[in-house]
Amino acid sequence: MNINTTKIISLLFFIFSAFYLYTAYQIQVFAFDENAPFNAKTFPIYLGYVGLFFSGLKLILPDPETIKVEHRNLEYKKTAILIIIAIIYGATILKVGYFLTTSFFLFGSYYFLGERRWILMFLLSFPFVAAFMYLLHGVLEIYLRDPFLQLIGVMG
Amino acid sequence: MIEGILIGLSTALTLQNIFMVMIGCFFGTIIGMLPGLGPMTAIALMIPITYGFDPATGLILMAGVYYGAVFGGSTSSILLNAPGVPGTVATSFDGYPMAQQGKAGKALAIAAWSSFAGGTFSAIYLLFLAPSLSKVSLSFRSPDYFALMILGLTAIAAFSSKGQFLKAMMMVVLGLMLASVGQDSLSDITRFTFDNMNLTDGISFVLVVMATFAMSEALTIILKRNDPTAAAKQVSLTELGSIKINKEDRKKMYKTIPRSSVIGFLIGVLPGAGATIASFLAYGMERNLVNDDEKQKFGKGSVNGLSAPETANNAACSGSFVPMLTLGIPGSGTTAVMLGALLGFGVQPGPRLYMTNPEIFWSIIMSMYIGMVILLILNLPLIPYIARILAVPKNYLIPLILFFSITGIYVMSFNNFDIYLMIGIAVVATFLRLYDFPMPPLILAFVLGGLMEENLRRSLLLSNGSWEFLWDRTLTLCILLTTAFIVIWHIYKSFKKKN
Repeated sequence: MNINTTKIISLLFFIFSAFYLYTAYQIQVFAFDENAPFNAKTFPIYLGYVGLFFSGLKLILPDPETIKVEHRNLEYKKTAILIIIAIIYGATILKVGYFLTTSFFLFGSYYFLGERRWILMFLLSFPFVAAFMYLLHGVLEIYLRDPFLQLIGVMG
Repeated sequence: MIEGILIGLSTALTLQNIFMVMIGCFFGTIIGMLPGLGPMTAIALMIPITYGFDPATGLILMAGVYYGAVFGGSTSSILLNAPGVPGTVATSFDGYPMAQQGKAGKALAIAAWSSFAGGTFSAIYLLFLAPSLSKVSLSFRSPDYFALMILGLTAIAAFSSKGQFLKAMMMVVLGLMLASVGQDSLSDITRFTFDNMNLTDGISFVLVVMATFAMSEALTIILKRNDPTAAAKQVSLTELGSIKINKEDRKKMYKTIPRSSVIGFLIGVLPGAGATIASFLAYGMERNLVNDDEKQKFGKGSVNGLSAPETANNAACSGSFVPMLTLGIPGSGTTAVMLGALLGFGVQPGPRLYMTNPEIFWSIIMSMYIGMVILLILNLPLIPYIARILAVPKNYLIPLILFFSITGIYVMSFNNFDIYLMIGIAVVATFLRLYDFPMPPLILAFVLGGLMEENLRRSLLLSNGSWEFLWDRTLTLCILLTTAFIVIWHIYKSFKKKN
């Protein structure tokens, strides 16, 4: 059997399905429901077995074509930075507020992706977010929590 | 009936109601384009406004918003690969590749004409078949629905080219597994939440679709930025292309639209089925019906592949009004919101609606058609401007896609956990996409997961745990045989190709 990344993914999926199946068996159902034809764990149990079946098949059957990914050509660094910025954005959005975090997220992302046209970067972050926020909060009346704008008295 | 149609026409063609349809279509398109805000949100936002009008005008406004939002959703699917609603996921399969090839204008034009044609055909079917179809839709039982879900999932066979079938099936299972997270709908027992309160309500559709499509697409573009093979594939995103559809493409659409509108309308009529299953089935059916050359183009910017789901989802939107108006059973989440509004107006939908309130029943049907015309008139001239979104340089477009995705989730839950979960799913999806694991089957399975479990539960409980329900009813058996035929046909074709 030829080991390639697709096979490794299939193996991981097989392990994941086994874990899912184990967890499905651990679901606590009501005592009166335990022997019912269908309860809260019936469908997940079937799913676990189906997952094992398909990933097992993918593991043992030969691949018609091997997908080769040229890792040297992939931009892992920039992608990782963007993901980290997104995580920081997610972590601060509630505490700092929508306006500041979103604006800094956009500005930072433009910068790390190599953009250096400062005026355009500014226009497409702070004023853009303000306009978008007005559309959501002001026009569509969708509540957006923003402690920062509340602190400076812009938002009620 | 003629009298009813005339009453409907006279109500729908008043200046006020035409203006309402226009306003509805315009705002619906704008809201539908914003990821996370689909037709359901758009209509919900309109409810307080509609209470200032009479029921017919209010519902006409909501119908306009509905169609506009569906078209808006298609626009973001085609341009950004970010379908905000399940019904437009299948649109992105060929619409997005077409936009990537510098034919964004054409893709949007095909979507606009297909939506228009699908809606027009559907309005005609609705006009003549609504009362009798409501009886047919009532004959569907849980086993039939369960079989229909399985048939919907086998539509993934349409996306699995050589060697992809098992990968697609793994993605189906993963989608169903994700859908099983959260409280069990009947017993309220929590499953796979690992004592995390944030997972009690399950994972939202918008989160999964944004993570696997929009966000993962943005990450893939960054990841493959310096990949010469990927760069070669993308002609130029700044090319918008013509919005004219040539004779050859029109010929293809002439065949696709009628059959997709029929399947879309029929699926839309079934309560609970809706635009998503309709668009996936239409896509799968179209792929099976076209010749081998055209089949190769599916997933790479096929005209048939774009036209079929667009026609079907709009036809299904009209179809979903049948159970709502004639039985009082909403065919989709969106019509459920509209049903709520209808009840708020003091109108009780049911088989007698078109006798007790003919002006409402027929004016909605008439305004659907008028809505379609207005949507086309409004959107066709705007296509070159809408398509300019692709001309935005990637350094700006990628962060903006991430911003729209995260905002879409944030406004729904105001929860950090959902943002982390979305980023996590997007990273896994990006990695899986690198190795050609298809995402559409995952999305379809995620959408159908809850419904599938519900119908399996009912079927098994009614048959006392026996699986005989699968062949007890002729209708169930027919649907399952069709499913088996599709699977066997695909396996046979792949073996034939291999040899």
